[in-house]
Amino acid sequence: MTHRIAVLALQGDFAEHENALRQCGSEFMEIRQRADLQKSFDALVIPGGESTVIGKLLRELELFTELQARIQAGLPVFATCAGLILLADRIENDSAAYFRTLDVTVRRNAYGRQLGSFHTEGDFATLGRVPMSFIRAPSIERVGNGVTVLSEFDGKPTAVMQGNQLALAYHPELLADHRVLAWFLERIASRGKMG
Amino acid sequence: MDQKQAELNRNLAQMLKGGVIMDVTTPEQAKIAEDAGACAVMALERIPADIRAAGGVSRMSDPEMIKGIQAAVSIPVMAKCRIGHFAEAQILQAIEIDYIDESEVLSPADDLYHIDKTVFKVPFVCGARDLGEALRRIQEGAAMIRTKGEPGTGDVIQAVRHMRRMNAEIRRIANLREDELFEAAKELGVSIDLLRFVHENGKLPVVNFAAGGIATPADASLMMQLGAEGVFVGSGIFKSGDPAKRANAIVKAVTNYQDAAMIADLSSGLGEAMVGINADEIKLIMEERGK
Repeated sequence: MTHRIAVLALQGDFAEHENALRQCGSEFMEIRQRADLQKSFDALVIPGGESTVIGKLLRELELFTELQARIQAGLPVFATCAGLILLADRIENDSAAYFRTLDVTVRRNAYGRQLGSFHTEGDFATLGRVPMSFIRAPSIERVGNGVTVLSEFDGKPTAVMQGNQLALAYHPELLADHRVLAWFLERIASRGKMG
Repeated sequence: MDQKQAELNRNLAQMLKGGVIMDVTTPEQAKIAEDAGACAVMALERIPADIRAAGGVSRMSDPEMIKGIQAAVSIPVMAKCRIGHFAEAQILQAIEIDYIDESEVLSPADDLYHIDKTVFKVPFVCGARDLGEALRRIQEGAAMIRTKGEPGTGDVIQAVRHMRRMNAEIRRIANLREDELFEAAKELGVSIDLLRFVHENGKLPVVNFAAGGIATPADASLMMQLGAEGVFVGSGIFKSGDPAKRANAIVKAVTNYQDAAMIADLSSGLGEAMVGINADEIKLIMEERGK
């Protein structure tokens, strides 16, 4: 069964996610406004970008409540960087919070400004070493009981999964290695939904 | 700067795509911009329209003022240095700016050489009017390109001209035969490697934003439809009647640039736009600075 993946295309590197989906042979569509929610899709990608911008547009373009309900109801989500912040239950250094569907506490811009951005490699679940680019990235400071840690850097989780949600502090979509996305797509293909 | 850092710097620009970068002169304006949905702010002492009005030499802003803006917002903060003024760029790097704009809006410090941006760790954005300028700046280390437009005018004609010209040249290069690329590289004054990238990918190797004269949601939509990956709005916001409302509308217009009905709503009741000057009525032509 072919799945159609919706990419949240309000701001950020959604085109890179679309390119990665294309390379994995996935069909995709964009969500830019309410009318797009009428189309049918089986999973959601929340890209990197500025969480303040995407969070604000989600609310003002009236996408927030419905997407939140769908995530709570089990819609598979693949989120990177700003996407992780948008899913998080709490943001340690910000009074804002968005979907709050993922039981983690994150810290925005945890590695400082652009001079603190870095590239590394690390183990991801059963995939072995994968390349990881952290761009003004958040850190995950706390994970709840139902959350599985899939990769770590410097003793802190950098990728987590809770039921239908997979969230990463880094950006596999920027690199040529799409194994993490393929892993996500395989899980939704084999189970209908994740979890 | 090593290859990985260069890549990370280009990556930050990728995170800004589909967004609006706004000129701000105070922490209060920076906060208004962030709340209105700016994906980054450009910290400067005077917006281009006021630089134009004031005349005289225009320089890098007071680092203290830039730090105030850095403290006020959580989004990336950019700042401008003069073309060729690598000491100003060193200062901006020392205060950990997220992006340096080596900008024709300020008075050029060097009429021959641009900054060697490859020796810096922080990323640079540079203006360009055509493919040759864009690739020369990228060769020098720029991690992001924007059209020059004609800053501080509220007249979008130059930004349109520059975006159209650049994309027309990209299409031309993409259609050349392999053996014609050498001559094209010579004509454009750019390296064959960069030109090959354009030939193979049909786009610049870095993100390309529109800048210069964008004042309305319709202007933003126009530039996005012409192929911009995001927009800079300089004087257009804080020179208008209701900056917060206008900023908000431009942000939404960039996301839904193809939805004319939504942009009609966004354009309604915005209050006064910046007055603007026609680009052919001005004496100081900023776009000619730095080739």
